[in-house]
Amino acid sequence: MIHPAIYQSARRIWGLMYRHLTLYRRSWPRLLELTYWPTLTICIWGFTANYFTARLGSGGAVAVGFLLGAVLLWEITLRSQMGVAISFLEEIWSRNLGHVFVSPLRPWELVAALIALSAVRMVIGVLPAVLVAWVLYAYDLFAIGPVLILFALNLMAMGWWVSLFVVSLILRHGAGAEALAWSVLFALTPFAAVYYPVSVLPAAMQPVALALPASHVFEGLRTLLQHDTIAWGHMAWATGLNAAWLGAAAAVFMVQFRVARERGALLTIGE
Amino acid sequence: MQAVITATGLTKRYGETLAVDGIEFSVPGGRTVGLLGGNGAGKTTTIAMLLGLLIPTAGSIRILGHDMARDRFAALARMNFSSPYVALPQRLSVAENLRVYAHLYDVRHPERRIAELAAELDLTDLLERPAGQLSAGQKTRVALVKALINRPEVLLLDEPTASLDPDTGDLVRSWLERYRAESGCTILLASHNMGEVERLCSHVLMMKKGRIVDRGTPAELLSRYGRDDLEQVFLDIARDRVREPAA
Repeated sequence: MIHPAIYQSARRIWGLMYRHLTLYRRSWPRLLELTYWPTLTICIWGFTANYFTARLGSGGAVAVGFLLGAVLLWEITLRSQMGVAISFLEEIWSRNLGHVFVSPLRPWELVAALIALSAVRMVIGVLPAVLVAWVLYAYDLFAIGPVLILFALNLMAMGWWVSLFVVSLILRHGAGAEALAWSVLFALTPFAAVYYPVSVLPAAMQPVALALPASHVFEGLRTLLQHDTIAWGHMAWATGLNAAWLGAAAAVFMVQFRVARERGALLTIGE
Repeated sequence: MQAVITATGLTKRYGETLAVDGIEFSVPGGRTVGLLGGNGAGKTTTIAMLLGLLIPTAGSIRILGHDMARDRFAALARMNFSSPYVALPQRLSVAENLRVYAHLYDVRHPERRIAELAAELDLTDLLERPAGQLSAGQKTRVALVKALINRPEVLLLDEPTASLDPDTGDLVRSWLERYRAESGCTILLASHNMGEVERLCSHVLMMKKGRIVDRGTPAELLSRYGRDDLEQVFLDIARDRVREPAA
């Protein structure tokens, strides 16, 4: 028997998810937008990888594994981050926040719904790219093995906390901050050690890189592909950092939500 | 009769601007109370504070026995709100929009409730139409159905008949009167339609520059200002035409 409070909470989360999933069902351009960029990216990097394999032989093949794996895994973070931020922006664009926040929906339920939606969006967006990599370039992401789940969860979590910071900025500065929903992770990419080890970064940049869970995941990916071992140390760092960043992002979100209620921004949020 | 809504010393300040200045009022259960005032008088700010969308600078609010500063979600589940200034997602159909709110308010048998309300407010034929394709009047009625989806005990209505033609406006007003009589719902109504206020409200709060400057039953106000209708009373207050109370 489910406790009534848990049932009601789950129903509110589903209510908000239903609103967005229905929107996707009714809008093919939105669905296309989800799959188009990851698929295009893997096509471009796949052809580049093919070129290097042809030029470098077996050494190139290892590099291809690094590159395509990194591209696909980084898309998990990108799609997870955009999934939360864009779903929140949809509420602002439709001027619906006023109705949502006078319902019994708790702020944490809103965040839970946005995170669940981002997971759905990520799967819809990244799976076709994984398929394209397998069909066109014979690259099987799932060959990484069960540790892929750990990589993916950590990368999704990083997307979530980054987007919680973005949503907090939107609550503070209005839709004027919405460009960050698309661009913020690109600014972090050089530090995330997606395509190269942290050691190649200048010494001053390395502490920043090591503070990001993604850099540990990608170091873990490279260790796995090169030495066929799981770098548990890196996995522990990634998980711990994600927990810390998620906590910080949730605290900032709650503070900004309260500030928005003090300023009356929930009704007027817009440009 | 016990107060269902109580505001005590309610104040909202934005920097140097005092939007609501220490107002006090209570709304007895089962009554409809009108909140009147010109643009910028503080009505919308007051309603936003009652709904928990806005945190007061000072003062307190109790609704249905719950302190809104500490326990607003318990009250919000038993309340609802309608305003033409807050939209519903345009691409979703009317029924889909209503289903969303049925989930948010944990409504039992949502399809039955939606059908029932749609029939009563003449929206059955529009249920599958995207909300963005409705006329302004149809949208106002859909917003009202959304506000009634959870059988609220407290209803905050901000210009509920704005953009409705006289016939539909009358239908909605009749429906609200019936709903209040049957359910015992407490209604706080902000409106610029003085005829509507006279018809629906048992008590009126007149706001100006963030303060409640007068209050009473419509009959008391008409008598106090020696006027024939509330519109003239409204103008007297808005234009500082202070009249001697009628003998």
